[in-house]
Amino acid sequence: MRALDKKLLRDFRRLWAQGLSIALVLACGVAVLLISYGMYGALQNTRSAYYERNRFADIFASATRAPRTLKDEIAGIEGVWAVELRTVKDAVLDLPNRVETATGRIISLPVNGAVLNVPIIRSGRVPDPGASDEIMVNEPFAIENGYELGDVIHANLNGRKRPLTIVGTALSPEYIYTIGPGSLMPDNANFGILWMAEGAASSAFDMTGAFNDVSLKLTRDADPEEVIDRLDEILEPYGGTGAYGRDQQLSDAFIDSELLGLETMARILPPVFFGIAAFLVNMVIGRIVALERSQIGLMKALGYSNFTIAAHYIMLAVLIAVIGVLIGWILGAWLARGLAQIYAEFFTFPYLIFSVSKFTYALSAVLGLLAAAFGAVLNAMKAARLAPAVAMSPPAPPNFRRGVLDRLFSTMRLSQPTMMILRGIMRWPLRASLTSFGMALGVAVLVASSFFNDSMDEIIAVAFFQSNRQDAVLLLTRNQPISVLEDIERLPGVLRAEGQLSLPVRLSNGHLEKRVSIEASWPHSDLSRVIDPDGKVIEAPAEGILLSKRLAGQLGVSPGDGLDVEFLSGRRETHRLFVSGIVTQYFGIGAYMNADYAAWLFRETPQISAANVLVDDTRIDDLHRALKDMPNLAGLIMLNDTRQTFRDTIKENIVIQSVIYIAIAAMITIGVTYNSARIQLSERARELASLRILGFTNAEVSYILMGETLLLAILAQPLGWAVGALLAWGMGFAFASDLYTIPVILKNHTFGFASVVGLGAAIGSVLVVRRRLDTLDLVSVMKTRE
Amino acid sequence: MDRRSENEIIFRTDDVTKVYDTGEVKVYALAGVDLELYASELTVLLGPSGSGKSTLLNILGGLDHATSGDVWFRDLQLSALNDRELTRYRRDNVGFVFQFSNLVPSLSARENVALVTDIAPDPMPPEEALSLVGLGHRLDHFPAEMSGGEQQRVAIARAIAKRPDVLLCDEPTGALDSRTGITVLQALKDINDRFGTTTAVITHNASIRKMAHRVIRFQDGRIGEVEVNETRIDPKDIEW
Ligand SMILES: Nc1ncnc2c1ncn2[C@@H]1O[C@H](COP(=O)(O)OP(=O)(O)OP(=O)(O)O)[C@@H](O)[C@H]1O
Ligand SMILES: [Mg+2]
Repeated sequence: MRALDKKLLRDFRRLWAQGLSIALVLACGVAVLLISYGMYGALQNTRSAYYERNRFADIFASATRAPRTLKDEIAGIEGVWAVELRTVKDAVLDLPNRVETATGRIISLPVNGAVLNVPIIRSGRVPDPGASDEIMVNEPFAIENGYELGDVIHANLNGRKRPLTIVGTALSPEYIYTIGPGSLMPDNANFGILWMAEGAASSAFDMTGAFNDVSLKLTRDADPEEVIDRLDEILEPYGGTGAYGRDQQLSDAFIDSELLGLETMARILPPVFFGIAAFLVNMVIGRIVALERSQIGLMKALGYSNFTIAAHYIMLAVLIAVIGVLIGWILGAWLARGLAQIYAEFFTFPYLIFSVSKFTYALSAVLGLLAAAFGAVLNAMKAARLAPAVAMSPPAPPNFRRGVLDRLFSTMRLSQPTMMILRGIMRWPLRASLTSFGMALGVAVLVASSFFNDSMDEIIAVAFFQSNRQDAVLLLTRNQPISVLEDIERLPGVLRAEGQLSLPVRLSNGHLEKRVSIEASWPHSDLSRVIDPDGKVIEAPAEGILLSKRLAGQLGVSPGDGLDVEFLSGRRETHRLFVSGIVTQYFGIGAYMNADYAAWLFRETPQISAANVLVDDTRIDDLHRALKDMPNLAGLIMLNDTRQTFRDTIKENIVIQSVIYIAIAAMITIGVTYNSARIQLSERARELASLRILGFTNAEVSYILMGETLLLAILAQPLGWAVGALLAWGMGFAFASDLYTIPVILKNHTFGFASVVGLGAAIGSVLVVRRRLDTLDLVSVMKTRE
Repeated sequence: MDRRSENEIIFRTDDVTKVYDTGEVKVYALAGVDLELYASELTVLLGPSGSGKSTLLNILGGLDHATSGDVWFRDLQLSALNDRELTRYRRDNVGFVFQFSNLVPSLSARENVALVTDIAPDPMPPEEALSLVGLGHRLDHFPAEMSGGEQQRVAIARAIAKRPDVLLCDEPTGALDSRTGITVLQALKDINDRFGTTTAVITHNASIRKMAHRVIRFQDGRIGEVEVNETRIDPKDIEW
């Protein structure tokens, strides 16, 4: 081994603590890249393979009742490759061994097997085409409720309670993210998919020769918009509620929003880590080159080339990077696997194509190495360019001069040690700012990650405790006159019932169009209300419609503007309504109107499609029993369950996330602070030793050593809060979708917590460096000149 | 005049040894030193390289511990003090001047001196200390803006500003040319004359011995011989 290589390895060994702290920051960048790319790839690849193999449809539509004879006409639309007509209905389930009702979605299975949205059989078999009492259920529903093949459950089909035998379990590309009506999170115990032979389903729902759900697969060159328009025309006479593409298919949209999150993570975090690592490498190599000035001069005098010398210092950085990349790979592969497990709980895939590609590994390694080399290159070149003669003579002492601030310091009568600290910062303003900025990023990461918790609390408070105060929602199979509320109020345990009407519509303003559901309700409704961000109850106005902010933005309208509203149910009229107000909402893209106004528009008696009820807790079992036999009930949402699942899921994830982000923030802060303090020590060792000789105590010189770094750490806090707030805001923006909007709620305790972690890590790192002062050799320092 | 008889003893060492154990061999940096230094005395320590001069000075100044033997500063037994007490002792009593001035580059001349006067019990103003070494006009200059001799004089000003009882100088002119060296020595003599500060100066320049009251020669970690100068000469007359 060449002498220079030996020096390299010895330097590396001597610098292990600093090297490791940098390597860890770099490792975080590498790991995040692996995780986000890996998960993104896994989700994307698994989804497309699943869609491909199981022929997930491209276009979806539903109608009230359309004749099957339309099939040829639909298949004839240009660009349509395959058509599947089905009967899809929600029904209340009466499950054995439990009092509470559940909701099931009955899906008909074509006689010759599904052509599109083909379920994957997980156990058992598909229902016999001729059998009227066999079903196949989605696997998570069976697992969650502990069902085995042969078990019997009851379902209220079109007002008649029927026993159904489970003959198989399956998964479907339509329900990767299985979310029931009115739910926010998958709740597999209370919502199940029930496949039933077409004949059985048709006769049960009085749909013989008819269908109410259509899926289309398009040819490669089809124009989806064109197909949607044609399909809408065909279904219009049969109560079509508007066709839509995959982007509005619920399960697919949730996966999209997860992909978006991963993409955002891959864009924001790795550059932060790599940037900080590059800066730290720059700082450390810069100090080493300064210390080894005379050695460099000697090597050059001995005939080493500029290139060899530059390469020597870059190699040191590369060694650090190699360690970082290796740690990052191990950490990333491990975390990615763990995360895939968490994903498996949300998304039910029959298989997971998880492989972090060689390309991703290579990319992360290249980026890590580049970051380190980039951090080293300037100083390495400075070393290479040193003229031997200059290098051998001692460096000129750092040039301090009097500046404007000095006059200020004098009038402030600062102590000399304080002055040393302040002048150190002013002497290298760029280094000081970057150091402070690095620490600020640690704080920012925490602010930007922990605001989530408060946002969720806010969402829960607004969505569940202020807006939706009902205990349960009864979903009716079809719209009914408001008088049905009297029947509902007579159900056991129901204390109060309020009606609500869902109106599927297509809103358009010029060429801007959106298919949504308007919720029509009566003024003074007490159970389900629209709440604005200030907590004020917003009554649906006597006329016009109320839009959520996101929806208004998408349609480009403000209060007072007119809007074409095409009602997709009932008489299917189009009315021009004006926007009477805009509300901020966290879930979905809502639109609201007064139910009396709706009745007046349609010239009919008021109708409801759902009832919100308040339940006497002690009689809830009686209610469930009654509901199991209630005709015209399509489903039931127990809001307490919804609240609980939502909370549990969020809380569990937030704990995992918090731990990860605290670790990340600590890693960044330790990396920056520790290196900064080590360099302080290296630069000031002589100064501090001579102060000790002059009679300064250990505590007094510790103050000088730690002062600069800690002062920068303190200055970093407000900067970190600001950057964190900006990041949080950007993340809220990036994550917003039609499914939900995340409010950016920044509370004092978020900033406080971030700073406690940031300052704690900073103080800890500085104290570790300070310990070296205890063994400072006063005598030997005096023997040499720097 | 014999100063010994009329002056109190400032430093007394009793069979002091300092052994460096480097594993295979033991180096006796000091091999039993008995020495007394008197108040107001200016002593020059001479001796070949490696003979133990710096080691002794460091022990007297409280920078280092003796391996065995006892060291007294007046009634204070230095050899019994811990690090904290030694720091206290240095802070209150000792001024050091080394071959390299070791000024704090980020502080001006005045501030470098203030570094000491801020923590000393009875200091003189930094301006006065700098005037004593002939730098009253360079108060606000930073080390980078001064010559080596000027920096060394700031170091002396820093050492004397707390009115120390003793001033310990290890090759204060070692890095300087003769002209600059003489101004530094002149400053040391002035202080000694004016305040009666007990001063010990290590040097390799034998001609400097002529400005001392006493000259102590070191040889192999022991005191070789001690000579008393009946007549001292002024630094400016020293032939370098
Ligand atoms: N830290 C140490 N470890 C081992 N030996 C040491 C150490 N410090 C000094 N020595 C040895 O102690 C002896 C005395 O050293 P000292 O520095 O006192 O000599 P000196 O008389 O001041 O020499 P010079 O005139 O060269 O400064 C020398 O032999 C030296 O090698
Ligand atoms: Mg010496």
